[in-house]
Amino acid sequence: MSLLKLAPPDLDDDVAVSSIVLTPPTTRGRRQRRFRVPRLVRRIVGPLAVIILWQVVCSAGVFTSYEVASPLAVFDAGRQLAEQGVLLPNLLISLRRVAEGLGLGIAIGVVLAVLSGLFRIGEDLLDPVVQAARAVPILGLVPLAIIWFGVGEMPKIFLIALGSTFAIYINTFAGIRGVDTKLVEAGETFGLDRWGLVRKIILPGALPNFLIGLRLALVGSWLIVIVAEEINAQSGLGYLIMQAQTTDRTDIMMMGLAIYAILGLLADAMVRLLERRLLTWRRGFSGA
Amino acid sequence: MTMRTQVTPLESPTGVAVVARNVQRTFNGRDVLRDVNLTVEADQFVALLGRSGTGKSTLLRILGGLDPEYEGQVLVPERRAVVFQEARLVPWLRVLSNVLLGLGSRGENRATLRDRGLEALDEVGLAQHAQDWPLTLSGGEAQRVALARALVREPQLMLLDEPFGALDALTRIKMHALLQRLCARHHPAVLLVTHDVDEAILLADRIVVLVDGAIAFDAEVDIAKPRNRGDASFLALRSRLLGELGVNESAPTPPVPSPHLVRPGSAVLTVPAQSFDSLPNDFDNKEIFQ
Ligand SMILES: Nc1ncnc2c1ncn2[C@@H]1O[C@H](COP(=O)(O)OP(=O)(O)OP(=O)(O)O)[C@@H](O)[C@H]1O
Ligand SMILES: [Mg+2]
Repeated sequence: MSLLKLAPPDLDDDVAVSSIVLTPPTTRGRRQRRFRVPRLVRRIVGPLAVIILWQVVCSAGVFTSYEVASPLAVFDAGRQLAEQGVLLPNLLISLRRVAEGLGLGIAIGVVLAVLSGLFRIGEDLLDPVVQAARAVPILGLVPLAIIWFGVGEMPKIFLIALGSTFAIYINTFAGIRGVDTKLVEAGETFGLDRWGLVRKIILPGALPNFLIGLRLALVGSWLIVIVAEEINAQSGLGYLIMQAQTTDRTDIMMMGLAIYAILGLLADAMVRLLERRLLTWRRGFSGA
Repeated sequence: MTMRTQVTPLESPTGVAVVARNVQRTFNGRDVLRDVNLTVEADQFVALLGRSGTGKSTLLRILGGLDPEYEGQVLVPERRAVVFQEARLVPWLRVLSNVLLGLGSRGENRATLRDRGLEALDEVGLAQHAQDWPLTLSGGEAQRVALARALVREPQLMLLDEPFGALDALTRIKMHALLQRLCARHHPAVLLVTHDVDEAILLADRIVVLVDGAIAFDAEVDIAKPRNRGDASFLALRSRLLGELGVNESAPTPPVPSPHLVRPGSAVLTVPAQSFDSLPNDFDNKEIFQ
């Protein structure tokens, strides 16, 4: 044990003692009172910059128009196709395929997720099957889908449904299983029956995860519709792109891709809106 | 539905809100509740004390119908409500809907229900928060909503599992007053689980202490209300209870508000006198006081 050594305070030190530097605890979020650029505008700036850069590069003659079409050329191609009455019908057909396939995929994914999320037996029976099916590359199923469903709309819708359903299933299942058991217990004590628990606690609790799944499913379904249409279709955006390839129309091909990009952006905005409306109860951090 | 079959509605013994006989509960071969016998009268306020991990919550969950896997006999009223340590409000239901959770199914008029919910919220002073989201409430407010949610059911038995444990001392004092007011108005039977000996003495008509899976102490509190922490009878009961809980109170009475009881590992353990003769000869005091 050591004894404390006592010494008179050093008189030269007293300036240092009082010189604590004070700063405000945080500067984050305090600037917001100044003028704020609207959210929509801020979100458009990025894509716009990409388009401008793209145009500049093309105008500077870095690529030939066969290699890369400029944004203006792409726009022009779109206008021409629209005037010929080709663009809109094909676009609508693709949209419809996505909507139908996605609708089916969501329905199947949710039903499966609820069955295996709520019931142990459901999980034991369904989950291995779904996991195994998920491991099969969907594009590898294209030839089979044609054998099974012919060349009409069915194989496309089947492939899109399949491509979107897993994202929905996996995320919704995780959401259901992640619901706080303490809340379920509280619901039980306050007299919710089984169906009440599912409706008031379990499904709303799984909703945030479901929406994550929905985002992924949207991306997946666009991916699949274009491939399905390029391989085997007489209509749709993918078909237009394939046609353009045979005639060396880079501008049309890129227009098709640009439309996909725009639709992807819109779909994402839609899910965001949905999230904002459905998850208002969350007070979580949403970006500074 | 099926979840509730284990807890049968109370039959005849009038004026009684809880009957528990020879209740046992085992987790993984370990007896947490060995032999609990407890009868609570219809408008009695009982505080249940016990060290951490002695099975207080386990007992409460059994009485609340949340744990069907017990042995022994348990009778509780049909109208009962639980308030947990955390408020357990459903975050995606607004405050009023939380209060009314599970009440709609009994075929009652929606408007009537709504009024009852608002009334209950008013009783805890939160009527203006009826349409708020639970996540925007403070801890004390959330706990008051939980209290309103219990009250609106007009319970014959209220089961409170350390409902104020997470609150600061000031809020807790207010909550004590609120709880006393509400009990005076609705007089349900109350079983309050708490770590806080002072809280138990302040509020309860009767205090039971759970030790080693059985009730080791059970006495009515005959101190006139309102009770004062400084009174001699208060202090006497306090140190008696601390003794029952195995805490040696060698230091002078701590200032108000009193600290919570320490965890079992750090508490000073005492050996009951009758077991000394069974100790081995080389027994060393230090081991037990470690
Ligand atoms: N579901 C469970 N599975 C296994 N063990 C459990 C379970 N629930 C409780 N136990 C055990 O039973 C014992 C009593 O737990 P309980 O929650 O009833 O204690 P408590 O008296 O409420 O403690 P505290 O005051 O800390 O809340 C603990 O040792 C705990 O580990
Ligand atoms: Mg507990």
